[in-house]
Amino acid sequence: MWQESVNVLVYEWLKMPREERLSDALNFFIYDTVKILFLLITIIFIVTLLRSYFSTEKVREYLSKKHEYTGNLLAALFGIITPFCSCSAIPLFLGFLQARIPLGVTFSFLISAPLNNEIAIAMLFGIFGWKVTALYIGFGLLVAIVGGIIIGRVGLEKEILIEVKPIEGEIHAETQVIPFKTRLRNAKEYTLDIFRKIWLYVIIGVWVGAFIHGYVPTEFITSVAGADNPFAVPLATLLGVPMYSNAAGVMPLIEVLTSKGMLLGTSLSFMMAITALSLPEAMILKRVMSLKLIAIFFSTVTLGIIGVGYLFNAIL
Amino acid sequence: MKIEILGTGCAKCKALEEAAKQAVAQSGKFAQIEKVEDIMKIMEYNVMNTPGLVIDGKVVSTGKLLSVAEIVDLIKAS
Repeated sequence: MWQESVNVLVYEWLKMPREERLSDALNFFIYDTVKILFLLITIIFIVTLLRSYFSTEKVREYLSKKHEYTGNLLAALFGIITPFCSCSAIPLFLGFLQARIPLGVTFSFLISAPLNNEIAIAMLFGIFGWKVTALYIGFGLLVAIVGGIIIGRVGLEKEILIEVKPIEGEIHAETQVIPFKTRLRNAKEYTLDIFRKIWLYVIIGVWVGAFIHGYVPTEFITSVAGADNPFAVPLATLLGVPMYSNAAGVMPLIEVLTSKGMLLGTSLSFMMAITALSLPEAMILKRVMSLKLIAIFFSTVTLGIIGVGYLFNAIL
Repeated sequence: MKIEILGTGCAKCKALEEAAKQAVAQSGKFAQIEKVEDIMKIMEYNVMNTPGLVIDGKVVSTGKLLSVAEIVDLIKAS
């Protein structure tokens, strides 16, 4: 329905010729920007509202009673639904350790939470639909669980630079009673806040995407990022790292690249690298953990993401 | 009255400190405002989401940039 309206606008009102690059690019641009921005607002609002019912304090209380493995699985699952900001990574990290949650379980959460940030989920859903979103979340969980277990097994407790005093006795999180109206208002404010921050990136991303869509030949993309290039997955993963926090701008590009021959596993690796591995977060964590631990954390996640990409390309 | 802002120096934490200053001025109460950046002190309050707002030793808000009006309400309530 929306596509038809854009067709009317571009081909009839603006009287642009059909089947031509410029008009196709413009059509694609209008269609995609409005669709993505609309879905972005809706999904971020819903996700934020749902997440207001989960707090890191509650998750910590719950996880402190679980053992390894079950703890890794649950920590990764909680990473999906708990609100998380990379600026709180340190207090969260120390807070988990204080509650005697094993290091590996803490890392499962630290890998899963940014991977499932609301912007990435909203963009994925808006652009690729629920199937790819589900694959992304599922494989993200796998990376978070396995990565956490590996880091837990290596025995790196001495690599934490700050002495963590465990909390004595039972850990109990106070339940805050927040009226639904307040939750709605908070979610609305938060959504508008994010929207103000990212709308420009979305438009630029779609604009560049529209350009690629209209002008870059498919053969070129297939040869660089498609099945012809066996190193496409690690390449995409490494390219994704410096693009942190720009999921909003990069996702539209990934969509175009995928429609033009980039394999879906490569796309998944690219998306995960953008969200899960962030250099600013590494800088923040450097204050509480040694470079060695950060390096192990990053390389484990990187290898996991590359593995997911190859695995997926091989299955499909 | 003592108001503490817990935060390791993120943008939201600075914004919350500003809002708290304005709120104190608006509320007309006498309050001492202190920014707590030491991670160990923040941990003692058991706060895992910064910025946090503490009034007279009690944590009243975490992980949220409150508006001036909201802080005024919190000041009046305690």
